[in-house]
Amino acid sequence: MTTIGTSRLGRSALTAFTWLIAVLFIFPLLWMVLTAFKQEADAYTDPPRLFFAPTFEQFAGVLERGFLPYLANSAFVTLASTLAVLLLGIPAAYALSLAPVKGTGNVLGFFLSTKMLPIVAAIIPLYVISQNIGLLDNVWALVILYTGMNIPLAIWMMRSFFLEVPKEMIEAARVDGAPLPTLLYRVVLPVVAPGIAATALICVIFSWTEFFYAVNLTAARAGTVPVYLSGFITSEGLYWAQLSAAALLASLPVMIVGWIAQNHLVRGLSMGAVK
Amino acid sequence: MFRVPGRRQRRRLPLVLLAAVLALTGCAGAGALGAGDRTLVVAIVANPQMNDAIELSGRFEREHPGVRLKFVSLPENQARAKITASTATEGGEFDVVMISNYETPQWAANGWLENLQPYIDSSPGYDGDDFIPSIRESLSHEGSMYAVPFYGESSFLAYRKDLFEQAGLTMPERPTWQQVAEFAAKLDDDAAGMAGICLRGKPGWGESLAPFTTVVNTFGGRWFDQDWNARLTSPEFRAAAEFYVNLVREHGEVGASSAGFSECGTRYAQGQAAMWYDATVMAGTNEDPASSKVVGKSGYAPAPVRDTASSGWLYTWSLAMPAVTEHKQAAWDFMRWMTDKNFVRTVGEEFGWNRVPPGCRQSTYEIPEYRQAAEAYAQPTLDGIRAANQESTMTEPVPYPGIQFVGIPEFQDLGTRVSQQLSAAIAGQISVDEALRQSQEYAETVGEAYRETR
Repeated sequence: MTTIGTSRLGRSALTAFTWLIAVLFIFPLLWMVLTAFKQEADAYTDPPRLFFAPTFEQFAGVLERGFLPYLANSAFVTLASTLAVLLLGIPAAYALSLAPVKGTGNVLGFFLSTKMLPIVAAIIPLYVISQNIGLLDNVWALVILYTGMNIPLAIWMMRSFFLEVPKEMIEAARVDGAPLPTLLYRVVLPVVAPGIAATALICVIFSWTEFFYAVNLTAARAGTVPVYLSGFITSEGLYWAQLSAAALLASLPVMIVGWIAQNHLVRGLSMGAVK
Repeated sequence: MFRVPGRRQRRRLPLVLLAAVLALTGCAGAGALGAGDRTLVVAIVANPQMNDAIELSGRFEREHPGVRLKFVSLPENQARAKITASTATEGGEFDVVMISNYETPQWAANGWLENLQPYIDSSPGYDGDDFIPSIRESLSHEGSMYAVPFYGESSFLAYRKDLFEQAGLTMPERPTWQQVAEFAAKLDDDAAGMAGICLRGKPGWGESLAPFTTVVNTFGGRWFDQDWNARLTSPEFRAAAEFYVNLVREHGEVGASSAGFSECGTRYAQGQAAMWYDATVMAGTNEDPASSKVVGKSGYAPAPVRDTASSGWLYTWSLAMPAVTEHKQAAWDFMRWMTDKNFVRTVGEEFGWNRVPPGCRQSTYEIPEYRQAAEAYAQPTLDGIRAANQESTMTEPVPYPGIQFVGIPEFQDLGTRVSQQLSAAIAGQISVDEALRQSQEYAETVGEAYRETR
């Protein structure tokens, strides 16, 4: 019996199919990039226009409206919350994978359960609490919330990477008399580094693109990039090109980080799958 | 344990970078936290005219040293939710908020807003009497204005003069819905991708329900009678729903059940619709050479009617001051600046006269440059807004404020659910009768609550 992956015909069909899917997924993004360089009159035509005189006008318009403070807020919130997730999550993942005790499974379930409540159901209490403790329109409110939002996922992800660490290695280090911090940071971490990088990247992406908390809990000072981006959506007038330019600028940092971390990410994500 | 030489060194670099970025952005964040005490935070809806105001706001800051402006600009739905949450809980994030004539009377009655009448009366040259009476009335509570209008709109019918001429048709001065339906049937051309008429079908109380409710009104229907009995299955309401759904299904645009203002606007501006019944502000888009292929080809007729003298809706985006605002005088100075006669002039001279915020001040319509730039639609817009009151757009009295909406808090939810039924009927998933039966149930629940509290 020949499986689809091994016969030559099957393989090229599979390749073609993969390309098709890839193009299908990339196309909206590609279209956004193209539209960002158009004049408004070219942006929404029937039939759609593939060739046009490119312009940077839309980008200038976007930057003119004060993009930088939002960018700084987003960078701060994303980095601070990711850092906090790693600081809290790495020891937690270690404990839950390499040093399990009675009830570890319950703890894991508990972490996951914090993701089960839809955010929208908690937003009013969160709003009122933020207001009472003076964190409304404050970047730290978002740092705290994003840390809480990402930590369950990060622990689960990192735990699966930690489980891959050979037991013999840890035992050898213990025999050598390595104290826990040394064991964790000198022995375990270098092995799971790609996995941690992948986790960090996911946290960065989630924090960077988060909209619901940001739009509800910030106003003039702590707004993040997605909030800024949404300001370009208007119910009157046709501003597709400018919206595309803003969307492109907003997604660029994540794309760049993702591209740089690509190798780590692929290694990290496939770590659990390939033995 | 063994070490790879040089590895630690390299591993430290990202950490150093991270620390640097954190320190840098941390400064920005910390700086952002301690804002000066004379910063006005203004929440506005992200529409083109509001963005023009943001661009011009540097002038206000120069004229008022010591006052800094910060704008929070969000799409309509997010802005509405956010401003409502902030005002209702006295969150105090905003000194000036942009709200509509839907919120203003309700919030004024709740005591959430500062009464602006004393400010208006003590501002010489501001001329509060210049606001179009229907607009002023819609923003007032017990004789005092609680919001000042930035721009206002009614609804009217755009039609392609060239296509009408080709087909040998003439748009009457005051068209009826029957006539409009006949025109739509004649001009509808599937082969050429030409819709007879564009009508909103997208769910949302501010989307399809706005034009739809004006049709209901002029067909003699109403959402509630004086005793808060829901009237969505009355013969008049039913006739209006049948008419609207059939018209858009038979001669409307493709994909009507998901078409809102923007989608219809795109179609019309691309020359794919012979008529379009919608907000009067659409004229600005239709006549803008940068986005429209049909500049100069449109005529504008009053909102079509059946049993009433007129049927245009009334809507305005206005500036209000939450009662908890700290810098009241500075906030008023800004509101005054943005709704003043001079602001209209400044926009006209800086950005062009077709970008002037329309539909608030009668004096705007006396400016020769504006009259010329907006020749095709200035008068129809003004007439539409002037005629937009319950007395001339409805056949029977109702217990709520509003023309195209029911001015009660429950309407956002009720209207959206009813509009989903309407969209389903437009998409052909359910019959008009089923849609109305379900909608009547929703409305009856709301009506009951009001009957009990009477």
